[in-house]
Amino acid sequence: MKVGVLALQGAAGLHLSALRSVGAAAIAVRRPDELADVDGLILPGGESTTISMMLDANGLVEPLAERLAGGLAVLGTCAGLLLLAAQVTDGRDDQRCFGTLDISARRNAYGPQTESFEAPLPVAALGPEPMTGIFIRSPIVERTGPGVEVLARLDGRPVLCRQGAAWGCTFHPELSGDLRLHRLFCEEGL
Amino acid sequence: MRVKSGLAEMLKRGVIMDVVTAEHARIAEDAGAVAVMALERVPADIRRDGGVARMSPPEIVESITGAVTIPVMAKARIGHFAEAQILEALGVDYIDESEVLTPADEAHHIDKWQFTVPFVCGATNLGEALRRISEGAAMIRSKGEAGTGNIVEAVRHLRAITGDIRRITVADSAELFDWAKRLQAPVALVREIAEVGSLPVPLFCAGGVATPADASLVMQLGAEAVFVGSGIFKSDNPSARAKAVVEATTNFDDPAILLKVSRGLGEAMPGIELEGLETRLAARGW
Repeated sequence: MKVGVLALQGAAGLHLSALRSVGAAAIAVRRPDELADVDGLILPGGESTTISMMLDANGLVEPLAERLAGGLAVLGTCAGLLLLAAQVTDGRDDQRCFGTLDISARRNAYGPQTESFEAPLPVAALGPEPMTGIFIRSPIVERTGPGVEVLARLDGRPVLCRQGAAWGCTFHPELSGDLRLHRLFCEEGL
Repeated sequence: MRVKSGLAEMLKRGVIMDVVTAEHARIAEDAGAVAVMALERVPADIRRDGGVARMSPPEIVESITGAVTIPVMAKARIGHFAEAQILEALGVDYIDESEVLTPADEAHHIDKWQFTVPFVCGATNLGEALRRISEGAAMIRSKGEAGTGNIVEAVRHLRAITGDIRRITVADSAELFDWAKRLQAPVALVREIAEVGSLPVPLFCAGGVATPADASLVMQLGAEAVFVGSGIFKSDNPSARAKAVVEATTNFDDPAILLKVSRGLGEAMPGIELEGLETRLAARGW
């Protein structure tokens, strides 16, 4: 099993090391041939507008849409969740979202960086010990469709959700050093 | 600190562009910038016009914040914690305690631990970088020589930082004390570098980037993202050049793409030989 991390821009390096720490073969994905070669994919945090433009520049929009439509196991964190969403508000009109997760998300919904925060995050699927949710200029999921399973909430709002092979979270598991979400994604998702 | 340096993690492999107006900011975002740096004058103009260079007026920062969806950074003078307090109250996403502005304090940098907003600081060598980190900087950028369009100083500073990091990783435990002494930096931070082989915060590059090739060069030398100041808006075609530098940063190790994006950009900003400089901005900071 080979897991790719979209590495056009953003926190790809930390996801690659997290994946390797849980025993997955992980590669950086920047070109269509690399995307064709993976069994699962992480879309990392970063600036969603930049990542969207680089998907176009590197000829990845069509190949990624096809793989996502084909049921590729995918985990989107923060900006990556926005790429998977059906609808994004407060973004740019031209920014790509693939509609893999039937959710609507508001970009950078907490405000400027001074509103970024850490919070303990109970995730039943990961056991009794809560995760540390690190939220950095994070989006808020404002709507989830009927097919979407919510795995964690903060203040009543979904922060980790799943629909079939697609997972999305608004926080940054790769920053906390807690490998449980990466492990679960590799074990259940792939 | 994880929340502060976390934003820098999100900016990696991206380009942060100096902008002086909302119009510039829109061009930068349209080109794929990961953030913009709001300032009153780009470094090339500060160099040309002289006078005291200060924090941007709040109205300028606000007009830029209102024009884009990406993070907005702003510069404060070295040691000018009141400017930093104002920028924090204004809600900027990062503060650059910058040698490009005229220093306000010739002995002390800002105590950055007192702030919620994260700071980036420049450094010409590893000791300077570690002193800034010990003061609370959540990101380091190699200084280069801003406003020159000349990459030579950025390369010198980046190589100084990454070269010493490599040397520290092969030092024994007794040698680490000597390294701390020579670098005038806390031994705890020197030990951390010996263990992990990198700075405890992201290392970006600034000062003199004018072409897609310059961006590729510094990324290949170990920078994790690129600041471009005068290089964009002092060139013939800012929009095309900005986009090319962004693509070159993402694909910095792919010569075929670098060749493609280097074509048809018109004239780069006129560069300056370092020998002809009256003021070395990089010498500011201690």
